[in-house]
Amino acid sequence: MNIILFGIVNSVVLALLASGFALVYGVSRLANFAHGALYILTGFATWLFMNRIGLNYLLSIIFSILIVTIIGGMIYRLLLIRVKGLPASEIIASLAIGIAIMEIFRWRGFISEAYMLPPFIKGSLSIMGVVIDWQRIIIIIAGLILMLSLWLFTHYTKVGLSLRAIAQDRRASMMAGIEPDKASVIALALGSALAGISAVVILPLGNITVETGYSVLINAVAVCIIGGLGSWMGVLGGAFLLGFAQILSTAFLGPNWQMVIVLLFIIITLILKPSGLLGKQKRLEERV
Amino acid sequence: MNKEIILRVNNVSKSFGGVKAVNCVNLEVSEGKIFGIIGPNGSGKTTLVNIITGFIKPDSGSILFEGENITGLPPYKIAGIGIVRTFQIPKPYYSLSAMKNLVVPLYSTRILNLVEGKTGDRDTVALDILEEIGFERDSNTPYKPASSFSEGYLKRLELARCIALKPKIIIMDELFSGLSVSEITSLIPIIEKLQMNGITIIMIEHRIKELFRLADRVMVLNFGERIAEDTPDEIIKNELVKRAYIGVAEDAT
Amino acid sequence: MTEITRRKERIDRKIKVLTEDIYAISSLRTIVYILLPRFVFIIGMLILPLMISSMAWQKILIISCIFSLLAISYDFLANFVGIVCLGGALFIGVGGYISGLLNSVLKLPLYFSIPIATIFGGIICTLFLIPCLPIRGIYFAIVSLMYPLLFSRVIQALEIFGGTDGLPGLDTFPNIWFELYIIVPITLIVTFSLRRLVNEDFGIVLRAIRDNEQAVIASNINVNRYKTSSVFIASIIGCFAGAYLAHLYGWVGLSLFALDFSIFPIAATVIGGGGTLVGPVIGSIILAPLSEMLRAFGPLRVVFYSLILAGLVIYKTEGLVPFLERKYHKTERWVDV
Repeated sequence: MNIILFGIVNSVVLALLASGFALVYGVSRLANFAHGALYILTGFATWLFMNRIGLNYLLSIIFSILIVTIIGGMIYRLLLIRVKGLPASEIIASLAIGIAIMEIFRWRGFISEAYMLPPFIKGSLSIMGVVIDWQRIIIIIAGLILMLSLWLFTHYTKVGLSLRAIAQDRRASMMAGIEPDKASVIALALGSALAGISAVVILPLGNITVETGYSVLINAVAVCIIGGLGSWMGVLGGAFLLGFAQILSTAFLGPNWQMVIVLLFIIITLILKPSGLLGKQKRLEERV
Repeated sequence: MNKEIILRVNNVSKSFGGVKAVNCVNLEVSEGKIFGIIGPNGSGKTTLVNIITGFIKPDSGSILFEGENITGLPPYKIAGIGIVRTFQIPKPYYSLSAMKNLVVPLYSTRILNLVEGKTGDRDTVALDILEEIGFERDSNTPYKPASSFSEGYLKRLELARCIALKPKIIIMDELFSGLSVSEITSLIPIIEKLQMNGITIIMIEHRIKELFRLADRVMVLNFGERIAEDTPDEIIKNELVKRAYIGVAEDAT
Repeated sequence: MTEITRRKERIDRKIKVLTEDIYAISSLRTIVYILLPRFVFIIGMLILPLMISSMAWQKILIISCIFSLLAISYDFLANFVGIVCLGGALFIGVGGYISGLLNSVLKLPLYFSIPIATIFGGIICTLFLIPCLPIRGIYFAIVSLMYPLLFSRVIQALEIFGGTDGLPGLDTFPNIWFELYIIVPITLIVTFSLRRLVNEDFGIVLRAIRDNEQAVIASNINVNRYKTSSVFIASIIGCFAGAYLAHLYGWVGLSLFALDFSIFPIAATVIGGGGTLVGPVIGSIILAPLSEMLRAFGPLRVVFYSLILAGLVIYKTEGLVPFLERKYHKTERWVDV
């Protein structure tokens, strides 16, 4: 039971982390390696708002998420748009920007243990004999709400539908009058918002460190590779697969094996089905 | 005259999502003949070519080359057994010179096997081939990068790539598209010469007048289905073909 | 009206046209014109170690040669084969660790462990990267970037191969001159061999793959085999660099898998000029000292050069070597009329 509950939590965490990355890739074909940086940026911003400026928790969260959303969109609009279409340059540029952001925090001394965000609801409760803290429950709830909202957004709003359209078929969408650049900016802003929301919900579980940024990036990308870039169900599937695998390995082998599991799963995915579980990448020959 | 069937396409079908691009198409090509394929846009011609040459796997049906089943082979292997193709939009190696463009097919396994390792200087062979298709040998032209050539020359380069592989079948996917009448007229002798050397040619074309001068038999596709296959003279008279192209209002049947 | 007695003339007049292809050996003048920059480069690299006085700077030169090997392999893969490999750290880490393990566990002297690590490491890295070759290039880039990050965390987690502390006490080279005069010639050899390779028929096929993979497939060439070969070439160069580095410092540790080793080659290539195979070397020689000088600033150093890298990549700069090439060809001199 322990395993099931914590497995669900871990999987939801991974899904949240991966969703931003997957969204950006799906719509703009950009692998946004600044994803991890945006994650901890939100965390640090919230902390700063609360502790340096004295805002209350809720406002800090709202402002931070807003800031990160805008920064994400701006990064695309001002910088990444110039390397649109060149996958190498996109990855390098977004990675470089991400590293710059993360290392600025490291330089300014944000590496000690003192940076923590308080949980939304302190304490824990017991479900079927397992003690689980409220924050983790909140994570599951937040995850569900987020997935639902995203689903509704991409199926029922005009903007959301246009994002979905571009993700499915770029050219046809362009012919229908959807501007891919605008969509990409929106996608990046949304992806950053997702990173931010994930951050404020997950970070209370531990500290905010620069290393977290790198781990988030690794985990998000791993989930996308395993589940398949370009497929929502794939990302969810990958998150749950990896999530449970990690919890099982922690239970039976020890907490150090988490990263090993990630590596193992990536290798297995690449050997069996390189484009991912539900990935839709066609082999090169078929793209005539 | 050789009447052997060199290529047989049996009941090949392929769907993309809900669209049936190729629907149970059958065709037989005799060795050494020129076989034309025509049809309105979207009728599945290029998809058929992609299936024959291995770039796309068919949902059902089979392809037989000289009696052997080649369905499902990867495209580089199909090129290796002697079926080569041009691309509708030429795919030259832009950063390389015309001559070096041809070094690539000359480096292939097929050529290595055919000449048993004695390829000679690939550059010289490349120049010979280029001369055959109309690149002036003594000028600077073979040394210019492919990015500097016009459409007409690029199409010739596509053809040269095919010739370099010493093929048995060349599939020309809309070779004439985008070319002026004089450019087409200058290509026709080259195609005829290839046929005289025993190469079977399959031509997908929109330029019906020019194609009908060359082709021995012509097949017509519409909406992925074969609606006719005959000599050019008969095709011109065929009612179904006319309807497909011009779209006469159909009766209740 | 004043008489014009002199005018400017480009030095490559009457020569440039001849420099293409075989006409290059038609006169001494053309030969000198072509060989001069190469000569300057080679001689420069060979006497540079002698011109540097302090040991610290000599070490920096060695480091820049090691980095330049990584950068060359990046340039080769990215600009001549069309494969973007962000896994410089993978090569360094694998090469370094294999050599380190051979040396400390099996007690093999470094003259054996380095070559073995080069080949073996090359094979291992290639095997890990092969599954990504048939699919879209972005997967290769992503996975190659991820592998070193994962490997280091796995080593740390499982406490194998020395874990967090690493493996100290490896053999080092007898003296600094050894260190210098092995790596510098090797760098030169690698540079010029690859330059030769890309103009041989094999290299032409690789460049064709970069330009238009489908056409190469249609020309009866098993593209995956060629891509694998080129990844192998890049791997052995990178693993050699890693093995060398391990014995330069006498220890291996998790830092061999650091992101630094993945980013630096790209930055060096962009600065020096991609697609030239010489540019990465020049870029490394510029960047390595710069990077050392900034080490005092701590993390800011990384900030600095990621921003520079982002800027260069976004603004699509030409690179130093192409710039110099252009200037060389356009140099003018006065000529009597």
